[in-house]
Amino acid sequence: MVEAGEVAVAIRGLTKKFPGVIANEGVDLTVNRGEIHALLGENGAGKSTLMNCLAGMYAPDEGHIELATGGRPLRTVDIRSPRDASRNGVGMVYQHFKLVPNQTVAENIILGADGVPFVPKMRDIERQVRELAERYGLDVDPTAYIWQLSVGLRQRVEILKLLYRGAEVLILDEPTDVLTPQEADSLGDTMRELAADGKAIIFISHKLGEVLKFSDRVTVLRGGKLVETIETEGADRASLARLMVGREVLFRADRDEQETGDTVMRCRGVAARDDRGLPALSDIEFEVSSGEIVGVAGVTGNGQAELAEVLTGLRKPTSGTIELLGKDVTDASPRRYIDRGVAHVPADRLGMGLAGDLPLTDNFIMKRYRHQPVSTRSFIDPKAVAKMSERYVERFGVKTPSIATPARNLSGGNQQKAILAREIDAGTHAVETPFIVAAYPTRGLDVGAIETVRTALLEERASGAAVLLLSEDLDELFVLADRIMVLYDGRIMGIAPSESLTQEQVGLMMAGEAMAPEASA
Amino acid sequence: MIPWTIKFERRLDPPRYLGWLVPVLSVAAALVATAVLLAVFGVNPFETYRAMWDGAFGGLFGGDVYSLSETLVRATPLILAGLAVAVSFKMKFWNIGAEGQLVMGGIAASGVALFLPGAVPGIPQNAVVYGLLMGGAAILAGAAWALVPALLRAYLNVNEIITTLMLNYVAILWYSHLFTSVWNDPQGFGFPGSALFERFTWFPRFFDTRLHFGLVLGLIAAVFVWVLFDRTRFGYEIRLIGDNPEAARFAGVSMFRNIVLVMLVSGGLAGLAGLSEVAGVSHRLQQGLAADNGFTAIIVAWIAKLRPWAVVLVAILLAAVFVGGDQIQISMGLPASVAQVVQGVMLFFVLGGDIFSRYRVRITRTAPAPATEAV
Amino acid sequence: MDLALITSVLAIAVFAGTSLIYATIGEIITERAGILNLGVEGMMIMGAVSAFATAFHTESLWLALLVASAVGGLMALVHAFVTITLRADQIVSGLALTLAGVGLASFLGERLGPDSGPLVGLRGPRFLEVDLPGLANLPVVGEALFQQDPIVYSMYAFVPLVWFWMYRTRPGQQLRAMGESPQTVDAMGIPVLRWRYIYTVVGGVLAGFGGAHLSLAYTPGWSENLTGGRGWIAIALVIFATWRPGRAVLGALLFGGVNAVQFRLQAAGTSISANLLNMAPYLLTIVVLVLISGASPLRHRLGAPAALAVPYAREERT
Repeated sequence: MVEAGEVAVAIRGLTKKFPGVIANEGVDLTVNRGEIHALLGENGAGKSTLMNCLAGMYAPDEGHIELATGGRPLRTVDIRSPRDASRNGVGMVYQHFKLVPNQTVAENIILGADGVPFVPKMRDIERQVRELAERYGLDVDPTAYIWQLSVGLRQRVEILKLLYRGAEVLILDEPTDVLTPQEADSLGDTMRELAADGKAIIFISHKLGEVLKFSDRVTVLRGGKLVETIETEGADRASLARLMVGREVLFRADRDEQETGDTVMRCRGVAARDDRGLPALSDIEFEVSSGEIVGVAGVTGNGQAELAEVLTGLRKPTSGTIELLGKDVTDASPRRYIDRGVAHVPADRLGMGLAGDLPLTDNFIMKRYRHQPVSTRSFIDPKAVAKMSERYVERFGVKTPSIATPARNLSGGNQQKAILAREIDAGTHAVETPFIVAAYPTRGLDVGAIETVRTALLEERASGAAVLLLSEDLDELFVLADRIMVLYDGRIMGIAPSESLTQEQVGLMMAGEAMAPEASA
Repeated sequence: MIPWTIKFERRLDPPRYLGWLVPVLSVAAALVATAVLLAVFGVNPFETYRAMWDGAFGGLFGGDVYSLSETLVRATPLILAGLAVAVSFKMKFWNIGAEGQLVMGGIAASGVALFLPGAVPGIPQNAVVYGLLMGGAAILAGAAWALVPALLRAYLNVNEIITTLMLNYVAILWYSHLFTSVWNDPQGFGFPGSALFERFTWFPRFFDTRLHFGLVLGLIAAVFVWVLFDRTRFGYEIRLIGDNPEAARFAGVSMFRNIVLVMLVSGGLAGLAGLSEVAGVSHRLQQGLAADNGFTAIIVAWIAKLRPWAVVLVAILLAAVFVGGDQIQISMGLPASVAQVVQGVMLFFVLGGDIFSRYRVRITRTAPAPATEAV
Repeated sequence: MDLALITSVLAIAVFAGTSLIYATIGEIITERAGILNLGVEGMMIMGAVSAFATAFHTESLWLALLVASAVGGLMALVHAFVTITLRADQIVSGLALTLAGVGLASFLGERLGPDSGPLVGLRGPRFLEVDLPGLANLPVVGEALFQQDPIVYSMYAFVPLVWFWMYRTRPGQQLRAMGESPQTVDAMGIPVLRWRYIYTVVGGVLAGFGGAHLSLAYTPGWSENLTGGRGWIAIALVIFATWRPGRAVLGALLFGGVNAVQFRLQAAGTSISANLLNMAPYLLTIVVLVLISGASPLRHRLGAPAALAVPYAREERT
């Protein structure tokens, strides 16, 4: 039996390049058995890429990996595929779960696992899964279909999948992003139990609080390079933040106090269904006024996506009314919403916000191609398009080889800047006080781009826009939002000025506890 | 274990010249591949290509335009049908039904030419009036035939690939039924075809060849589609839908409206191709109207990368392959279907070659396992 | 309808449906792996012409089947290379396969006869009906199901086998997962691209095999457009069957049945023109597609493998 405290993983001098980007450069990292090792860094710091190399998804360009698993001493291993990784006792829970929705828990667990017979007896496997689940307190029904499970349960299935394969090194990529604070704590307990069992846990995060709470040691990455590995004990938020960002303060809130103006968007008793036809929103009632940012908190999948779509005309509510600047637009087409000054920074940049293979010019005119000066009657004026595009590129500092470059080829941050430029311009062009719905606008961006996005939103607020900001980052909400609203299971759990709320209160509401009446005053 | 791996790296800013260089090289490579294929079947590829060239462009440099004119005659329906396909493919609406829409256009134009003079003798019997009437009928018929799959897709989300394709078979069977029985020429001694149209319904011909007004129609249509694609809101909307339907919905573009409009335009253009064949070439409804023009049009449109001016050039290229194919049947006794093989292979090469314009392709030797090099 | 009529319609339905069943199930397997191959018509017709040519020259029906399957598989391999490795559009590649296949079949039909002459109009060996002892004498089903040719019989074993593979074995489970979530299958260490190659080729082999049944048994011999759009009907049947092999059999029998009725009507000397009668299967295809979409607007979308026709590349970063 290998003792806790021995080195389980050693990454030596790992470099991984992508076209135009060096994702990791000369990274050295060791992780011990029985340890929860946090990998901390900003978005784009190279945490996931590094772990994808360890898990066999990417092939490193330089460097090698040593493992002490399967009862064998530390040795260099050649990991060329996820299967190699799995056979060497390494497994990863990805940020986007790798599960087949229309198959059962048990089927997902045996997918690609060694030692399962050619014709599996599902009964036996379900029994094994049940036993494993009990041993680690990861209760889940092996015969349930994945699509029936909540996000938290799906995560358990992912962990069970690794345990079933005998993983000794478990990598969890941003595992708490999809959980309530309370669920996250329970995940923390599970990680401790696994570590106590002699497993090595690598826990990727960009959230300082969790890293301090759960981990034994922290390795900080910045710009693809390893900054330092330190003991968690003795570290604090400020020191970690400095290591992570490389300068004193990440972001200063410049949200000045200001009077709000007239109501821009008001919805009453709105309900809506999701893509599968199940109720996703019910009894949604709130308003957003000129000059304020309303933040929406909630665990992913509690109706945020549907809310953003309903308020931008992309999804028809099944009941209730929506007013923009005092005019009922409930049944209007998406086009009418655009004309009424609704701007939308969608959650899925390439999925909805951009036409990836079309040039930037085509992407820039998406909201204004029906109007002067871009088009007259049915005809589009290429010169006006070029002029407008140049203006956007300059104003938002979009880094691109030319305005004819396909949007897909820009970095995530520049894609987001392009969308913001277009949406804000189209919104303010239509009405004086536009309604801006920004869904996770800083997700996956580097520090510079995050600052651009946040500054732009605050500028719009100052000039009278009404902003609805959806975010999974509570820190961001507290910094930017005047009021915070919490969604749970498609309902509003509470809405209150952000100064009057604590992160703990918001966390409880995210878990489904309605706000105490006195707090909502 | 294969000793090398192919790596694809996305080109961040693809050079513009690749846009035409890659298809041209792909077509050249396809000709080489077909040559190999021919050699495998015991046919001398050089002789074959030589004969095809003579058939399609022979005597051109000696001032003899006959072969060229035949090639252009063959290219005419391909230009119109190719544009029809390009319009719908631009929106990634897979109209495989240009063949059927072309046939319906031909039927409608023939109907007008055969029966209108007798039914309404008051209409001035000249080329302009009848040209317009037959053109209108052909456009309407082609568009109507295309409207069926458009509505099924817009309302019920029925897969348009299959419906457009099935309607081809229906249209062709109906047209066979018409010229073999219902509209069969009573004075034709059982010849499978309708009566010859009246002279005034014929398209004017040029240069004492069979070259006819249809080519002009094709060129006008190419300009029309170019303007549509590059200069109009409608063109922008179909481009947007074609690239990302979600983004189009996000921009407030009506999917329903565009599916219907695109198919009306596409079907109308294909209908014109049918008109051009009956009014310009056969002057009656008879066997050979379909002639796989609607299918070849798909090859034309794709090799041309859906660019209208390129459709014209590629249509001429593929028409040359057809005419050359007829030539080798006469002079070498080879089946004319060599032409289809050449065209199919060309499409494959252009399709596969496209990766070189989107990605930098590097073939590297697989790195030896780190275990062996680690000390 | 008397019993004899039912029996004969059923017998023809099975006979006519066999090529469709092989082609449809082949396409189901390919699509379940996440690859859309619209080249079924091309692979079937190439299977048909190569089968007949082989049988004509070698007198060996079994070799003919083998050649037809190999030809179908090779064509599918081209599709796999172009779409999986070169990541070209699957719809257009499939169309190209059909166009090239139909052209090549027509070329070969003119070349592969005696002295490099045409195959059209020649008579060659064919599969004959063999009564299955014991079963052939059962009432109704005996005549309908067990007085058929060996390819029809092979289907009786083939369909359950495919079902067992897809729903009871590990590779079958992986196949079903591959079209839904290739990134999951990849992350679990299963070589997605290699399996997609394999299943695409399997689909081609089955289409070629189905085509061989046409030229060796159903309408023995070779003529232009022998397949008459059956490859496309097979693709429609995949949707009709919601990607399940069992339902594909039902659909194929339905279309075989229409053939049978058409057959009977023509034999009975109906006044309806053959051209109009021949429209029936194509119109039926449209009607069937409308009906299944009309029943539930989401059914089509829910039934299709989620990752169908989406190229998969692991190191793609956006």
